[in-house]
Amino acid sequence: MIAPVTPRAHAYAQKTLLDRPLLRIDHVDKSFRRGGTTTEVLKDVSLTIEKGEYVSIIGHSGCGKSTLLNLVAGLIQVSAGGILLEDREVNAPGPDRAVVFQNHSLLPWLTAYDNVRLAVDKVFGATKSRAERHGWTMHNLDLVQMGHAKDKRPGEISGGMKQRVGIARALAMEPKVLLMDEPFGALDALTRAYLQDTVMQIHTRLGNTVIMITHDVDEAVLLSDRIVMMTNGPAARIGEVLDVKLPRPRNRIELASVPGYLAAREAVLKFLYERHRYVEAVA
Amino acid sequence: MTASNLRVFEMHAGTPSTSAAAATAIENRVVRVSPLKPNSRTARAATAVARGIVNAIPALIVVVLLLLVWEMASSGPKASLPSPSKIWLEARDLITQPFFVYGPQDIGLGWRILTSLQRVAIGFALAAMVGIMLGALVGQSQWAMRGLDPLFQVLRTVPPLAWLPISLAAFRDSVPSAIFVIFITSIWPIIINTAVGIRNIPQDYRNVAAVLQLNSYEFFRRIMVPAAAPYIFTGLRIGVGLSWLAIVAAEMLTGGVGIGFFIWDAWNSSKLPDIVVALVYIGLVGFCLDRAIAALGGLATRGTAAA
Repeated sequence: MIAPVTPRAHAYAQKTLLDRPLLRIDHVDKSFRRGGTTTEVLKDVSLTIEKGEYVSIIGHSGCGKSTLLNLVAGLIQVSAGGILLEDREVNAPGPDRAVVFQNHSLLPWLTAYDNVRLAVDKVFGATKSRAERHGWTMHNLDLVQMGHAKDKRPGEISGGMKQRVGIARALAMEPKVLLMDEPFGALDALTRAYLQDTVMQIHTRLGNTVIMITHDVDEAVLLSDRIVMMTNGPAARIGEVLDVKLPRPRNRIELASVPGYLAAREAVLKFLYERHRYVEAVA
Repeated sequence: MTASNLRVFEMHAGTPSTSAAAATAIENRVVRVSPLKPNSRTARAATAVARGIVNAIPALIVVVLLLLVWEMASSGPKASLPSPSKIWLEARDLITQPFFVYGPQDIGLGWRILTSLQRVAIGFALAAMVGIMLGALVGQSQWAMRGLDPLFQVLRTVPPLAWLPISLAAFRDSVPSAIFVIFITSIWPIIINTAVGIRNIPQDYRNVAAVLQLNSYEFFRRIMVPAAAPYIFTGLRIGVGLSWLAIVAAEMLTGGVGIGFFIWDAWNSSKLPDIVVALVYIGLVGFCLDRAIAALGGLATRGTAAA
């Protein structure tokens, strides 16, 4: 079992010891070429992320948020610049950068347990015994409160439950960075709030490093240590980075009366709706 | 519900017992309901059977009507085809005893069907294995697709029997030739459907495989086959139908003990009633083959459909 609370403190201690970021996105450009035309999606994006940090990337749709996440995941390659994870270049996908996909992406022919177990077997097949892998699979399902539905197939559970299993699968890989691509985007408001709380608790307990794509201002402020705001594409850049200095643990109801909350919310809203208003793409 | 609860309370109102007793009484009422469950299950099974019979009635009526029309049409003295009653009189042993053995060439239709089925099984199993592999290759690789697809598109239009002379020349024996004809007939829909199924695997599943770093064997087994299974089984179903078509034709030409040769033999000895009985057998077996593959597919793709 994992001891509560301490990993986060431990993470900060290590950070000061080594004094270098876990993830460094260094002057990254990304352009897609289709036929004869080249579309520049990201231009000169630089960002460093420390261990244990929860970073949200927010921006209007089509601004290249997902492209940036896919670059970190290694699912697509940078056109220029580089991405370093613990001083190693990222150029292929791997379980050290587990992804929680927007539409859960569970394999529909496997049960919830088997979906997580597939990841556990792949990542820990050589290092953990069969019994340990079973235990680890169940531990992660329990972490997202899905132990009771372990034998259900994705078609038999609700959207929120599917996303929980998706999160369990990603957590079970023990990633160095957990990447979440609009993880709550497809859920209704009540389920979303419930799942945000779950993710917040897990983050407090395990001290994961998280990068989350979102288009929801409240979600970004509630969950993040830093909010990275992107300008509109094409050739999107990082417009501004906001430090959210709200005390943790955070509570969505009490947060409204915490002084910094409204200011943070206002800063993001101002960025999105005044300075970088969404322009409908002209085809 | 509330009304019945109230009645329980009324019943105990006169006695010294408290609400706890009333609660037990309610529990008893609930428990007493439960033995009905197995009964309802058998009742459900009975209604399912009844519904099956009701569904079969129109088909039976149509068959009876057709037999009547046929009987009337072929009962005249100049009729060229045998009537149902004549078939029953002349070929009754073939209908009622599918598994008799009177001599090396005088055996029941059941045995002949089994011989043909054995050839189909070998040819179709080979076609399924090779077809799924080739389909996976063509579906996965753009280059294999460009290189092989034109060839497949041309070869799949060649009629089954056109392959027979060349396979007889190559194998110098009728049995492997017949099996080859089955193979070459049923492989095309399997290849093409598998390839389409694999090309349609959602990018999400490919991303999951990439993040998990599945190797090509694991990707084939854990993602490709289950994701493409509905398409693969469609291909298999078309393939088994085609191979059953081809075996009858191939056996007519190659001889031996199969059902195809039986028809040819009956034609040569002018036993038309035997041919009609053989046709019914072939139709029923073909139907069963199709349903068997469909059922297998339904079983194998249980989870995939509900995504």
